[in-house]
Amino acid sequence: MWKWDVVWQVMPDILSGLVVTLEAVAGGMVLALLLGLLWAVMRRSKMSYISWPAWAIVEFVRSTPLLVQLFFVYYVMIDVVGRGFSPLMTGILVLGVHYSCYTAEVYRAGLDGIARGQWNAAKALNLTPYQTYRYVILPQAIPPILPNLGNYLIAMLKEAPLLSTITVLEILNEAKIFGNEHYRYLEPLTIVGVLFIVLSLLAGLSVEWLRKRTAAMTS
Amino acid sequence: MSNLPPPLDLLPFLLEGLSITVVITVGGCAVAIVLSVLFGVWSKSTDPILRWLSAIYITLFRGASALILLYWFYFAMPELTNIRLDAITTGILVLGANVGAYGAEVVRASLESVPKGQYQAAAALNLSRWQTMRHIIFPQAILSMIPPFGNLMIELLKGTALVSTITVADLTLQGKFLRDDTHRSFEIFGLLLVIYFLLSMTITAIFRLLEHRYSRGRDYGGGN
Repeated sequence: MWKWDVVWQVMPDILSGLVVTLEAVAGGMVLALLLGLLWAVMRRSKMSYISWPAWAIVEFVRSTPLLVQLFFVYYVMIDVVGRGFSPLMTGILVLGVHYSCYTAEVYRAGLDGIARGQWNAAKALNLTPYQTYRYVILPQAIPPILPNLGNYLIAMLKEAPLLSTITVLEILNEAKIFGNEHYRYLEPLTIVGVLFIVLSLLAGLSVEWLRKRTAAMTS
Repeated sequence: MSNLPPPLDLLPFLLEGLSITVVITVGGCAVAIVLSVLFGVWSKSTDPILRWLSAIYITLFRGASALILLYWFYFAMPELTNIRLDAITTGILVLGANVGAYGAEVVRASLESVPKGQYQAAAALNLSRWQTMRHIIFPQAILSMIPPFGNLMIELLKGTALVSTITVADLTLQGKFLRDDTHRSFEIFGLLLVIYFLLSMTITAIFRLLEHRYSRGRDYGGGN
């Protein structure tokens, strides 16, 4: 049965794990936002040796499990390279690359939504490709897709517990270690579950708010 | 080990996990489809209790992430209830319920995409709620469900790798065993990624076929 004293005992561990989880998600999201944009821009290139690799990476990474990707990078570092990043850095890297392949599709939709005339106008003004993206295209393309990018932030938060499998001391791993030591899983795992439900509800509400804001801005 | 040239000599051992991965994917898919249709329809019900049940299910199984759900049902639930499911059953039910919560939203959106007039016409013809759903609404809604369901099934396939953390010897756990024995990580996990990629392609192909099959005989525009 439920024991409250176990709850108070495990709470500090879980909260310190939560901090690590949030760090991982923050780091992963920065990477996903930058890389995803890179893939999306590369895919629009007319040169197939630029667009094709971006397409192949996105398709392959999206079609394979995050867990196996984590194991791939983590164990190749240990067995083949011999040394490497810390588990947390590995986790951030893999989470970021994995989700960049989802954000790439969101960016692509945003870029496709820009009228042909904008590109033509930029060309007529003799802007370089960088200037075109930086000053003409992206300021119009990004605001409408912010809510969809936010949805992938939530998805990433939900997959961050996978980092426990490569020994990162994030929230689920803290709960599991406590469980192993005290033969008691009910309270730790329930707390983690409830925390995640609350977090994803809050994040969902923020995305809804963002959707209303951007809809008002762009209409 | 077999006497195939490397890295293919690793394949026979890895593929021993294939049937488990396929069983969990297919089983989870069945669970997900049943739950998505059930709770998707309930979320549009006139009965507030059914709508509540559906909202609670979607919140719980979408909000808590798949791995946490898996651990909870495998490690924590037996402490609370004395019900202990074996690992494979837990995997099928939990992954199915997790994907089903996303699927319920897909079903709900598809039902909403059927024009109001169809419901009114069915009511005018004195069809029961069941007849309306079965013969009027669902046949029209199903086409717009197929592509998102295809994506969800790929997410499910990818999610099956998680069962390796609760001792199910699927493709991923076979890969980990092999890694502990041989330390040929690059080949092992590289092969695994390729195998999962091929499985995903298979699911994509199946859902393309389904989409083609269900769009036959529709001559009005984009299918809806």
